[in-house]
Amino acid sequence: MSVSINVTVNGRGYQEEVEPRLLLADFLRDVLGLTGTHVGCDTSGCGACTIIVDGKAVKSCTLLAVQADGADLTTIEGLASNGALHPLQEGFHEEHGLQCGFCTPGMIMAAWQLLERNPNPSDAEIRHALEGNFCRCTGYENIVKSVRAAAGSAA
Amino acid sequence: MAKYIGQAVKRVEDRRFITGKGRYTDDIKLPGMTYAAIVRSPHAHATINAIDTSRALAADGVVTAFVGQDLADAGVGGLPCGWQVDFKNGDTMKEPPHPVLAVGKVRHVGDPVVIVIAETRDQAQDAAELVEVDYGILPAAVDTVASAGEGAPLVHDDVPRNVPFDWGLGDADAAAAALDSAAHVTTLEITNQRLVANAIEPRCAIGDYDSARDHYTLYTSSQNPHVIRLLMTAFVLGLPEHKVRVVSPDVGGGFGSKIFHYAEEVLAIWCSRQIERPVKWTAQRSESFISDAQGRDHVTKAELGLDADGNFTGLRVTTHANVGAYLSTFSTCVPTYLYGTLLQGLYTTPAIYVDVTAVFTNTVPVDALRGAGRPEATYLLERLVDTAAHELGLDPGELRRRNFIPPFDGVEQPGYQTQVALQYDSGNYAGVLDKALEMVGYDDFREEQAAARAEGRYLGIGFSTYIEACGIAPSAVVGSLGARAGLFESAVVRVQPTGKVSVFVGSHSHGQGHETTFSQVVADQLGIPIEDVDIIHGDTDQVPFGMGTYGSRSLAVGGSAIVRSLDKVKEKGAKIAAHLLEASEDDLEYAGGKWTVRGTDKSIGFGDVALTAYVPHNYPEGLEPGLDFTSFYDPANFTFPFGAHLCIVEVCADTGKVTLKRFVAVDDVGNVINPQIVEGQVHGGVCHGIGQALLEGAIYDGDGQLVNGSYMDYAMPRADDLPALELGRTVTPCPHNPLGAKGAGEAGTIGATPAVVNAAVDALWHVGVRDLPMPLTPQTVWQAIQQAGS
Ligand code: FES
Ligand code: FES
Repeated sequence: MSVSINVTVNGRGYQEEVEPRLLLADFLRDVLGLTGTHVGCDTSGCGACTIIVDGKAVKSCTLLAVQADGADLTTIEGLASNGALHPLQEGFHEEHGLQCGFCTPGMIMAAWQLLERNPNPSDAEIRHALEGNFCRCTGYENIVKSVRAAAGSAA
Repeated sequence: MAKYIGQAVKRVEDRRFITGKGRYTDDIKLPGMTYAAIVRSPHAHATINAIDTSRALAADGVVTAFVGQDLADAGVGGLPCGWQVDFKNGDTMKEPPHPVLAVGKVRHVGDPVVIVIAETRDQAQDAAELVEVDYGILPAAVDTVASAGEGAPLVHDDVPRNVPFDWGLGDADAAAAALDSAAHVTTLEITNQRLVANAIEPRCAIGDYDSARDHYTLYTSSQNPHVIRLLMTAFVLGLPEHKVRVVSPDVGGGFGSKIFHYAEEVLAIWCSRQIERPVKWTAQRSESFISDAQGRDHVTKAELGLDADGNFTGLRVTTHANVGAYLSTFSTCVPTYLYGTLLQGLYTTPAIYVDVTAVFTNTVPVDALRGAGRPEATYLLERLVDTAAHELGLDPGELRRRNFIPPFDGVEQPGYQTQVALQYDSGNYAGVLDKALEMVGYDDFREEQAAARAEGRYLGIGFSTYIEACGIAPSAVVGSLGARAGLFESAVVRVQPTGKVSVFVGSHSHGQGHETTFSQVVADQLGIPIEDVDIIHGDTDQVPFGMGTYGSRSLAVGGSAIVRSLDKVKEKGAKIAAHLLEASEDDLEYAGGKWTVRGTDKSIGFGDVALTAYVPHNYPEGLEPGLDFTSFYDPANFTFPFGAHLCIVEVCADTGKVTLKRFVAVDDVGNVINPQIVEGQVHGGVCHGIGQALLEGAIYDGDGQLVNGSYMDYAMPRADDLPALELGRTVTPCPHNPLGAKGAGEAGTIGATPAVVNAAVDALWHVGVRDLPMPLTPQTVWQAIQQAGS
């Protein structure tokens, strides 16, 4: 039994028939082909799947696609505008905030939420805001620097 | 001349990752693709009495299902071990079969039993739940030491005492004599707990059989696609290697766990052949916990003898190494050649003996994990040294300095021959310690520590001065030690007619930034813009051969292969240039991307020479057209990075919580191509090492169930667990490779762990705590404080 949903993703409207049990993360990846959103776990522990849902950073593996009916979503693919990278994307590049890149989309989305709420966070605030996201490569050091750099350039 | 080497060139690979355009294995969708789910054993040890797949086969969308007997009947072999380590008495290593799907018996929770293939992932998973397996539960061997004792359940019926091999290195008599006559002996019983690698990308494999060409493609999240192809075609499936292509696209971290050849790779390929459709398997995280090879798991008694002046006189180490239920690809060399050989550390200890007993248990196989053997060696050595310093009332820095191998560059002064088989290449060990002590402000810290103690606050500093061995080689030597593979690396430098350069490397990048680092080397050596260089890796159809990336070998070994090919390009280019300039080759010099006749302004650019090589109208007689070279580089020796890590912690006496206050790491990884990338490697490595010290550990209960097999239960470092890391560097070039590079990927992990534990023990020594088992959870530390006080 499929259910029809309407969502806006990265500014584009979609109407899709989905199974009620389909996770939002899998909807993005498998149905829309937006594979920039990653799935790293099955217990909502890694944050690799973090996206923006109606202005809030959400782990997209914790929502069903049907719960996103009517929502406005932004994924990593939609963060740059008109070819210009978002300051967070620039920050991660400049400060070597990524290695394998698997945690990166979720990390950037979680950081996006932080900067929305607190445009000038301290290092401790950055670390606290990102504690829901695992990175196994960077030791977080350069991720903190990346977010700091993005905050500085956006200010 | 170096425009790029030594610079923090921003990574060229970043753009695809920060825009969501990375291409990991699970991102690949092929036409007609099916999805696999694997039914795994819920028991650690059981007979398989019967398997009923009928309900699964009847479920919606199910294409087919296979059991172990189906593969056995088709002649599919078991997963091979890549390194043979025979018993001390010369008996051959016991290597029981490691079937792709279990036959007759399961030997660990997670052992694969049935594969179910369906039109969608959900259908495959639903159907897998419908498979009924009748198990006869057997008692499990779980404990590392007890499993090698009398009466323990046997994991494999034909492996007595669960011991597949034992191993010794060094001089047992000399070590015993040294300990007997020592003025002081420091003894520790150490458990180096089992870890789970937990790369954030779960493993994934897609098999794609093309019946039109009778050709196979495997996409897999692997650190070494050529090795997988070799093992899979030659040992498991008996397929013709030239008809099999293995692609490792972007890989989301490995840390060792993606080196090995896994059952799911075989299954994806073999099943695709059976159904003539692509088959994808992606691990769920809970599956990764019970199917990715795990790491460490040593139980060790270590004794260090010292004379009255604090000189180390002898070291004896006795280790039980848990290898899990089967011998994974490199499981045998990790607790032997990558462990015992590192026990010289940075010290002149004249007598060393290490004895290792490998033990099968009904747990997930154990294999290399970031550092692989070297962290285990360094942990026990550095714990011994700090403990000896405490016991003798000596400063831990001073005790180390007394015992350091004096500086040697490997050119003027020869390499240092250890008591445990290796010859160190070059080192200045006091140099890294001095720098770290200066960075940390050591004398001030000791004052601060005393003042804090007076207030009832427990501060401690931990030392760790480590050596590591990278780029394991040369092939002839490792072959004589039992390796079933060579350990060289290959690189093709293909100069295109327009002077752009494509480089095909056998190393694989899964976060290390090879596309940038290698481009820096190529651009500088050829004097061309970095934008003109493209690095290609991870595809056996494009890259002639490769041994992959592990053991921090890519720059030292893979980078050197590139340099070899670049030399050949320049040599042939000079012949063409000389012809075009009507000069003698000997009069030419190559700089800034052009050949110039020395002392004149006559020159010709790299691009013109490249074009001429492919449009050879005016061309040297007898010279082949083209500008394209392949090299295989087999190093003369390992490389030996080293460093000093200092950690400052505060321990809360009331709760046992250990808080990291500072972490200073001074590493010497030889010449550095990209300091920002190297720092990133050290950050990640240190974080991993801190994780082992404070948080991580796989916990099995007595039945062999992994108790903490999820991200809810297995603790790993998060951003707010760590202080800002303070890094320093000294540079002692490697004398035997053309880049002078040593390797940086594992150094942090090797050095960090003992520094943290030493710091916590230092904080608590005055209350009577002598040792702390990892991980240092508040409960563990609090209990140790209570016991010490009672
Ligand atoms: S996949 Fe969503 S938190 Fe891990
Ligand atoms: S960059 Fe690899 S997990 Fe974060």
